[in-house]
Amino acid sequence: MAPSYETLRDENLDEEDFDYDEVDVSDLKEKYEVQLEQGYDTFVVIDGLPEVTEEQKPKLVKFLLKKLNTVGKTSEDAIFMPFGDHGKSLRFAFVEYSSPAEAAAAVRQLDYSPLDKKHTLRVNKLTDIDRYGREGRIDEEYTPPTIEPFQEKEHLRSFMADPSGRGRDQFVMYRGDTVGVFWNNEKDQPENIVDRPHWTETFVQWSPLGTYLTSVHQQGVQLWGGASWTRIRRFAHPFVNLVAFSPNENYLVTWSNRPISIPDEGHPQLSIDDDGKNYVIWDIETGKPIRSFAQQDTPAGPDGEAKKPAKFPWPAFKWSADDKYVARLNQGTSISVYELPRMNLLDKTTVKLDGVVDFDWAPATVKREGVKEYEQLFCFWTPEIGSNPARVGLMSIPSKQVVRSLNLFSVSDAKLHWQSEGAYLCVKVDRHSKSKKSQATTLEIFRIKEKGVPVEVVDTIKDTVINFAWEPKGDRFVTITTTEPVGATAVPPKTSVAFFCPEKAKGNAVGNFKHLRTLEKKNSNAIYWSPKGRFVVVATVHNTQSSDLDFYDLDFEGEKPESDKDLTANLQLMNTADHYGVTDVEWDPSGRYVATWASAWKHAMENGYHIYDFRGEQLREEPIEKFKQWAWRPRPATLLSKEEQKQIRKNLREYSRIFEQEDAERISSADVAVVQERRRLLEDWYNWREVVEEEVAEERAELGLPADPVEELLKAKTAEVAPNGEEQVIEEIMEEVLEETEEIVN
Amino acid sequence: MRPILLSGHERALTQVKYNREGDLLFSTAKDQHICAWFAHNGERLGTYQGHQGAIWTVDVDPTSTIIASGSADNTIRLWEVKTGKLLKTWDFPTAVKRVEFNEDGTKLLGVTEKRMGHLGTIVVLDIKVDPDAEQSDEKVLTIVCEESKATVAGWSYLSKYIIAGHEDGSVSQYDGKTGDLIYNVNVHELGSPITDLQWNQDRTYFITASKDKSAKLITAKELEVLKTYVADTPLNSAAITPKKEYVILGGGQAAMDVTTTSARQGKFEARFYHKIFEEEIGRVRGHFGPLNTVAADPTGKGYASGGEDGYVRVHQFDKGYFDFNYEVERERLNRLAAQGGK
Repeated sequence: MAPSYETLRDENLDEEDFDYDEVDVSDLKEKYEVQLEQGYDTFVVIDGLPEVTEEQKPKLVKFLLKKLNTVGKTSEDAIFMPFGDHGKSLRFAFVEYSSPAEAAAAVRQLDYSPLDKKHTLRVNKLTDIDRYGREGRIDEEYTPPTIEPFQEKEHLRSFMADPSGRGRDQFVMYRGDTVGVFWNNEKDQPENIVDRPHWTETFVQWSPLGTYLTSVHQQGVQLWGGASWTRIRRFAHPFVNLVAFSPNENYLVTWSNRPISIPDEGHPQLSIDDDGKNYVIWDIETGKPIRSFAQQDTPAGPDGEAKKPAKFPWPAFKWSADDKYVARLNQGTSISVYELPRMNLLDKTTVKLDGVVDFDWAPATVKREGVKEYEQLFCFWTPEIGSNPARVGLMSIPSKQVVRSLNLFSVSDAKLHWQSEGAYLCVKVDRHSKSKKSQATTLEIFRIKEKGVPVEVVDTIKDTVINFAWEPKGDRFVTITTTEPVGATAVPPKTSVAFFCPEKAKGNAVGNFKHLRTLEKKNSNAIYWSPKGRFVVVATVHNTQSSDLDFYDLDFEGEKPESDKDLTANLQLMNTADHYGVTDVEWDPSGRYVATWASAWKHAMENGYHIYDFRGEQLREEPIEKFKQWAWRPRPATLLSKEEQKQIRKNLREYSRIFEQEDAERISSADVAVVQERRRLLEDWYNWREVVEEEVAEERAELGLPADPVEELLKAKTAEVAPNGEEQVIEEIMEEVLEETEEIVN
Repeated sequence: MRPILLSGHERALTQVKYNREGDLLFSTAKDQHICAWFAHNGERLGTYQGHQGAIWTVDVDPTSTIIASGSADNTIRLWEVKTGKLLKTWDFPTAVKRVEFNEDGTKLLGVTEKRMGHLGTIVVLDIKVDPDAEQSDEKVLTIVCEESKATVAGWSYLSKYIIAGHEDGSVSQYDGKTGDLIYNVNVHELGSPITDLQWNQDRTYFITASKDKSAKLITAKELEVLKTYVADTPLNSAAITPKKEYVILGGGQAAMDVTTTSARQGKFEARFYHKIFEEEIGRVRGHFGPLNTVAADPTGKGYASGGEDGYVRVHQFDKGYFDFNYEVERERLNRLAAQGGK
C-alpha cells in the first residue's frame, strides 16, 4: 500500500548480478560527447507566407522579423527562405533563434498569428516537422481515439455520512511513520478508518472542503479520497516543500525551494518550459499543470544595499474567494492578478502599487451596498514613501478600481485581518512617535458592507499587539498584547488578553466597536475561535513553562454585569485546562470539540493529543510516541437553507432529547459489552490455568517427582536445624503509631 | 502503605529477590556487595562481600540455604545465606548478567555477556544445596547464543525448558537437559532488548519486560503470548503477584536519555496492571530514578522495588489492595463461595 511512484523509481536494480565488464556506457557517451553538429532545437519552420519574388523578399523578411523578434532573438541572416525554380518563394521559411527556449516560445505564441488579412502564420519546430512531417510517420487515415468506458467513481463526499449516524467528524493523525484517519469518538478510542505506514514523507494536509487528503513526497504531491482511500491525483513536482489549495478545491499550488530541473528524458507531467521554476499551479480535475513561476528575489532596498530576505511569504499565490483569480505580490512594486482558468495576467498588466507590502483577498464574495456588478475585493497597504502618506486600499477586481483608501501617518507596520465573511477588515497599524522611540497600535476597522465603507478607529493600544483574531461569522474579536518587546527571549513575556464587541444598536445595524474586558498577567499567545463563533480558546502554546487553555463563552446565558448592558457580549470563562507542552490547537469543523496536541516536530516531551469539548472539559488524553500532526477533516458548507437551519435551532431541545437518549443507550450497551468481554477473559484464563495445572501434575507424576518439589527439601532442612523437633519461638515487638500530634511550642 | 526505604547501597540497584517464604529480601547493586534484609521491617541481616565488580544478579535456593550471584568481575559465586561465607567461585570469560536456580535448587543457570570476542552463553551448573558439600567445577551445559545474545533466562516447571530473553526482543525455548533450541519467537519489537523475565509460582508462564515499553505474559510450553501490558516508558522489570491477579511493571526513561527531565517526565513509578484484563489499575511513586528491578513477595503480601537512585523500597500492601476486585471477579468469587457452601 506504499504510495510510491512506481514508474519513477529505479527499483529492483539487482546490483549483485551486475557484470562490470559489460557496462554499457553508450548512453553516457552520447550525453557527454561534444556535439559537433548543432541540434535543430533552435530552428522553427514558418508556413503560410505569401509568395514573393527575390525583390520582394527583403521587405517580407523585415516585416517578418518584427514579429519574430517579439518572442526571441533572430536576425536577417538567420532566416532562410527557399525559392523554387520559377523564381518565386515556396511560401515557407526556416528561422534560427538564439536558444531552444525562444524557439519553443515562438511556436507557442506565433502559431496561428495573422500576418495580414489573407495570410496566417503556422510555426512549427523543425524537429517536429522532421518527426511527424515525413511520409509514413503519421497514419494517413484518421482513427478515432478509443474512449475508455465510463467508470463509476467513488463518492468523494462519502465521509459526510457517518455510518454510526452520529454525525461524527473525521481527523487524520500522523505519528511515527504512519498516517491514519479516524472517526472522533469523544472519550473512547477513535475508530480507525484507514491506517497506512509511510503514507507521506513530510506532512499531510486536507483540502479546504475536506474532499482530498494530500500526501507529500520527494517526487511530488498525491491526493487521496473516497471511501476506499484510493489515489485520486498526483502532481509530480520534484522536491516539493509546500502545497496550497484554492478555496473551492479547483486548483493547487505547489512550491519547492529547489528550481525544477527537467531531465533530458523528459518529465511525466512538466515540460521544458517549467525548467527553473519554483511554483506550479495545477488544475486538480485534469491533473495538469497550468502555469509555473520562478521565485522572486527580494528587491534591493532603495539605498542600493541588498535587503535581508524577508520571511518567506506563504501562500505566495492568494486566491479570490471563488477561485476566479489568483494574485501574487511583487514586493514593493505591484500585484499580479491572474485570471483562471487560463492563468493569464488580467488585462495583461500587473497592478502597479508603489511600495506595496502586503495584500489579502476578501475570504468571501462580498456584496457592497449599491454595487451591482460582480466583483472580488482585496486590500493592500503601502508604506510612507517620501512625503506621501502610508495607504490602505481596497481594490475591486476585475475593474482594478481602488474603491476605498485610507491615508495613515507615522506607520511602522500594518497587518490586514479579514473577518471570515468579508464583512469587516481590521487593519492593525503600528505607529511610531516622531522620535520613533515609542510605539502605539491602532485598529482601523473597515465596514465593507455598509454604504461608502466607513472606517472606524477602535482603540489606541500602547502595548504591542502580538495576536488578533475575528470571531468567525461574527463581529467580535480578541487581541493579545504585551508590554515587552517581541522577539526571542528566554522567558516568554507576560501578556494581556482583550475582548472587543460592538455596542447594541437599533435594528440590524452593528454598533461601534467597544472594549469589553482585558485580562492581564497572562501567558497566552494564541487565539482559537470556534468555527461557529461564540466560543474561543485562548492558549499558551510553544511554551515550556506554562500551557494554559482558557475556554471562553461570549454569549454566556447567565447574569450579565451592569457595565456591559449596552454591549453585545457576555463574557464568561468556562474552564481552564492544562496540556503540558501543547504546540497546536484546532477546533473540529462543527465547533463541538477542540483537539490539542504536542507535536514531535517541535519537541520530544510528552507527545500526544487531548480532546476537549467546547466547554473545556477534557474528554480524552492519549500519549503517543513520535506524534507529529493532527488535522480535522474540513466539511463543505451546509446545504440547508437559512430557514431550515432556523427550524433546527428552534427545535434544538427536541433533538437534544433524542441524542441524549441515544448516547445513554450507547454507553450502557458499551458497558455491557465491556463486562461481557471481561467475563469471557476471566473464564478463559481460569480454564486455561486448570488445564495447565492438570498437565503439569500429570507430567510430574509420570517423572516420579513429588507434587511439591520443595516440600521435602524444607522438611529435611527443618529436621537439620532442629533435630529434636523442638520449635524455636522468635518473638518480635511490633510498634504501631496510633496517633500523631504536632505541637508548635513558641 | 508506607514503604520501608532500604538505603544500604551506594549505587544503582540491579536486582531484588525474595526468598520463598517472603521473609528475606536480597538485593544487588553496582556497588559490589549483596545485601540481605528482613522483609517485614527492613532490618539488614548482613552483606556478602567478595565480588570485585558491579553485581548484576542474585538468586536464592528454595530452602533459603544458599544464594548465587553473578557479577561484572566475570564470576558466579555461591554463598551461605546464614553466615555470609563464600562457598564457591566459578570463573567465566565475561560478565554474568543473570543467575537462576531451578525449582528444587539442584541446578543453576547463568547468562554470560557477549564481549571481547566471546559470544553470549547460557551455562548450567550442578548445585548441591549444602553449605558443606564440595561443588563441582564442571559446566553441565553451555548454550551459545549465536544470533542475538541472551539478556535474561530462567528455568521452567520441572526444569524442562530453559527460557531466554534476547537483546533483539525475541524469546527462546531450550531443552533443559540437552540445551537444544526448540523455538525462537519474536515477541517484542525488533531490536528492543528484553530486560527482565520472571515466573509465576508454578513456572508455567512468565512475564517479560522490554525497552519497547511493553511487558508480555507468555506460556513456557508453547511460547504463546497470552497478554500484553502497554506502558508509556521503557520497562526494566516486571513481576507477577501471587494471590491477586496483577502484574507489577517498573521502568522509566534511562538516565542517559534524560536531559531536562522532571520527575513528572521520567515516569519513575511502579505500575500495577490487572493480569487478565491488561488494564492499568494503579501506580506507586517514590523513586527519583528509573526502577531497575521489581519483585513480588511470594506470599502475596507486598513487593519491593530497586531503583537507579540506589534505594530499595519495600511495600506492604494494605487492605484496599486485597479488597479491590472487578465486578466480574467478585461475581466469580461469589459463585465459587456459593458452590463451596453447598
